[in-house]
Amino acid sequence: MKRLAKMAGVGALIAMGMSAQADPVDDTLILNDETDIVTRTAAPAHLSDRFDEILSGWLFRGDETRIMQADDFDNPGMIFVEQALEAWETADGTEGKSCSSCHNDIESMAGVKATYPKWNEAAGEVRTLQMQVNDCRTNRMGAEAWKYDKGDAINMEAALASVSRGLPVNVAIDGPAQSTWEQGRELYYTRTGQLELSCANCHEDNFGRMIRADHLSQGQINGFPVYRLKNTKLNGSHSRFKGCIRDTRAETYAPGSPEFVALELYVASRGNGLSVEGPSVRN
Amino acid sequence: MASGVKPRVKVPKKAAAGEAITIKTLISHQMESGQRKDDDGNAIPRSIINRFVCDFNGENVIDVKMEPAISTNPYFEFEAIVPEEGEFKFTWYDDDGSVYEETKAIAIG
Repeated sequence: MKRLAKMAGVGALIAMGMSAQADPVDDTLILNDETDIVTRTAAPAHLSDRFDEILSGWLFRGDETRIMQADDFDNPGMIFVEQALEAWETADGTEGKSCSSCHNDIESMAGVKATYPKWNEAAGEVRTLQMQVNDCRTNRMGAEAWKYDKGDAINMEAALASVSRGLPVNVAIDGPAQSTWEQGRELYYTRTGQLELSCANCHEDNFGRMIRADHLSQGQINGFPVYRLKNTKLNGSHSRFKGCIRDTRAETYAPGSPEFVALELYVASRGNGLSVEGPSVRN
Repeated sequence: MASGVKPRVKVPKKAAAGEAITIKTLISHQMESGQRKDDDGNAIPRSIINRFVCDFNGENVIDVKMEPAISTNPYFEFEAIVPEEGEFKFTWYDDDGSVYEETKAIAIG
């Protein structure tokens, strides 16, 4: 009898597991037992008619993946950060300079990642962090530009993100950046591809539900660059955008294109208030 | 020698005598299984770390034989009892004959 009751209990649990929505988990992220990471907070003002609360993608991942991110030793993304730290100290190009020649210790860059993409007055455009790194490389170091979202560039973005972890994302959407931001918002709500899906159809209307076998997040990019378990390397937000748009069966824009720069600014602004998490660990 | 190989080890700086401590190790390595093909359809030759050993003051703690199904950047976490102060020695053996070593001292206190 007791055994039967037990089995019935298990059955109920399984049934609950099957029918329950893939809601964000109730968990808090503390990095290396010292840095509190904000993974849920009130939505920024421009988003208040859509969301009450914004949620980091970390809350939509499994236990093991979440734990992996909580300790720098366990986080495989930090392997690539270490590689970038070597590059930070290594002189490159005709000027014989390294990043550290001007910026000293990379810790001095704390907070920088949180404000990108950002308006650059001299260039008269919104720039992502990778664009700014390449500006330094070509104009100050006399070195070749790194390819967008590829090894060296994404590793450096992750290193710059890593020293900003715990600080709130805070990209400016007004002033000169406003028109780019509006272009990004337009892209976010534009349906693409044979499936006619916009970013919002999944990440706004259906986050917390399943998309085939996976959990749909809000599509926040505060954790980028992300180490993905599926390809065991760091992935940039533009590459993620490209993957999503491809999945709608559309021709995509290229990483580093003006369209994706605008989209990155807009999507980053949807996460204003969440902590910078990169390099995070995701599926 | 495979490129980009770097061992990392996390061992507490000190422990109580007889205490079981947790050791974490990770080595960045491609772990090419030998099953994959390149863009031209040619098999990419196997190149993995095939053995991992941890010794404490010359006494073996763990000895792992590794196979091609183990994924990139292999990570091991295990416990060891520390009877006295001394040194942990970690050794990884590569298919190509390379040997990667790392040591960590631990004090009693």
